[in-house]
Amino acid sequence: MSVRYGLLALLAEEPTHGYQLKTAFERRTGGSWALNIGQVYTTLQRLERDGLVEVDLGGSPAGDGERADRTDYRITAAGREQLNTWFASAVVPEGPARDELTIKVLLAVAAGDVDVDGILQRQRTATLAQLQAYTRRKAQADPDRELAWLMLLDALIFKAEAEVRWLDACEARIRRHARRNREDGHDRTDRND
Amino acid sequence: MTAPTAMTDQRRPMAATPEGTRMDDAIRLEGASRSFGGGHTLVVALHPTDLVVAAGELVAVMGPSGSGKSTLLSLVGGLDRPTAGRVIVGGQDLGTLNAKGLAVLRRRTVGYVFQELNLLAGLTARENVTLPLELDGAKLGAARQAADAALAAVEMSHLADRFPDDLSGGEQQRVAIARSMVGGRRIVLADEPTGALDSMNGEMVMRLLRKHCDDGGAALLVTHDAAHAAWADRVVFLRDGRIVDVSVPAPSPEFSRHDPLTAALDAA
Repeated sequence: MSVRYGLLALLAEEPTHGYQLKTAFERRTGGSWALNIGQVYTTLQRLERDGLVEVDLGGSPAGDGERADRTDYRITAAGREQLNTWFASAVVPEGPARDELTIKVLLAVAAGDVDVDGILQRQRTATLAQLQAYTRRKAQADPDRELAWLMLLDALIFKAEAEVRWLDACEARIRRHARRNREDGHDRTDRND
Repeated sequence: MTAPTAMTDQRRPMAATPEGTRMDDAIRLEGASRSFGGGHTLVVALHPTDLVVAAGELVAVMGPSGSGKSTLLSLVGGLDRPTAGRVIVGGQDLGTLNAKGLAVLRRRTVGYVFQELNLLAGLTARENVTLPLELDGAKLGAARQAADAALAAVEMSHLADRFPDDLSGGEQQRVAIARSMVGGRRIVLADEPTGALDSMNGEMVMRLLRKHCDDGGAALLVTHDAAHAAWADRVVFLRDGRIVDVSVPAPSPEFSRHDPLTAALDAA
């Protein structure tokens, strides 16, 4: 959905063509995400089909050939309305976690004969390494001139940090669980934690 | 799990080898261990550990409580002595120093920053920063000059005459960092220095520690906060008194499609 609304947001400012949208979108989102130009055209076609944008016939003439690539689009009233609704709505998180890491850890715990501590530590190290790389980029960024980039890095950093916290919580839970099982086995009356 | 030799990374192939002391080693543990009690009640807080922090490096230690990270920091700070092995700080084997020698090391070579802000309430920021130098016998004029330089480095010059109570938590911690580095002390030991701060002030503290190391200092940081540990050149993971792994920054200079946000956007 983000590409769709990203293009609408850019077109709400001024009519422009696909390539311009691609570069502006990349700049706005901190340069982290290279859009495929084909994806831009496909999205524009869908937006046109849904009546949210239209070809801007009064647009500036193409400077250097390749007319088809230089078709200007402009947002329609319906497009503006949908964009405003999007900005005004909270983003609702998707359903239960279905990412590979969560599933891997749950399955490893259930399997019983898998080295869960090893999985957790390897992941922790890998995530920290990523976090270190993001932090280096943050340290190099100019806080006055690279607002979008820094906010994007913050998003990545907080997500990685959350993953490490989750790994720590998994480890603590598993240890506590193992300890209780041990205590149950040895002395059923000695359960005080 | 990775053996302690994993301390060696590409940039510093010699960093973990126990033989020979490099001139630029700020901190060096050689098989240092710490245990308490004996026999049936033996508790090993830290198994024999090798660790090197070179000049210019910021190394973070992470681990759950009881993993040995406080023990490690106490050994490096000379607040505790290893049961076996050696701890070398600023080129000096702590095992050869008496209490007076350790005190001199703390005044001239090693600075501390803790979670709990321990500035003296009756002294201004400048006086707090001047104190270690005065204790070391420096002349007041020279001490004040050094304190002002240290306060300028943490962007606290304009608040130098305030008392701690009139400073925010973040400002107090910046003064504590200035105090830990004043007079050219190159080695900083930091125990949860961001623990009591909000995220922006915590980041400020990490930027200062990072800068200190980029300027040729060295720091050993104990933290439970992954985002702050990530400012380090290496993150050492402790579990049950052993180093189980070490992370260095991921090599990818550019973002890959596997980044969570990029992937989320692409999937949209």
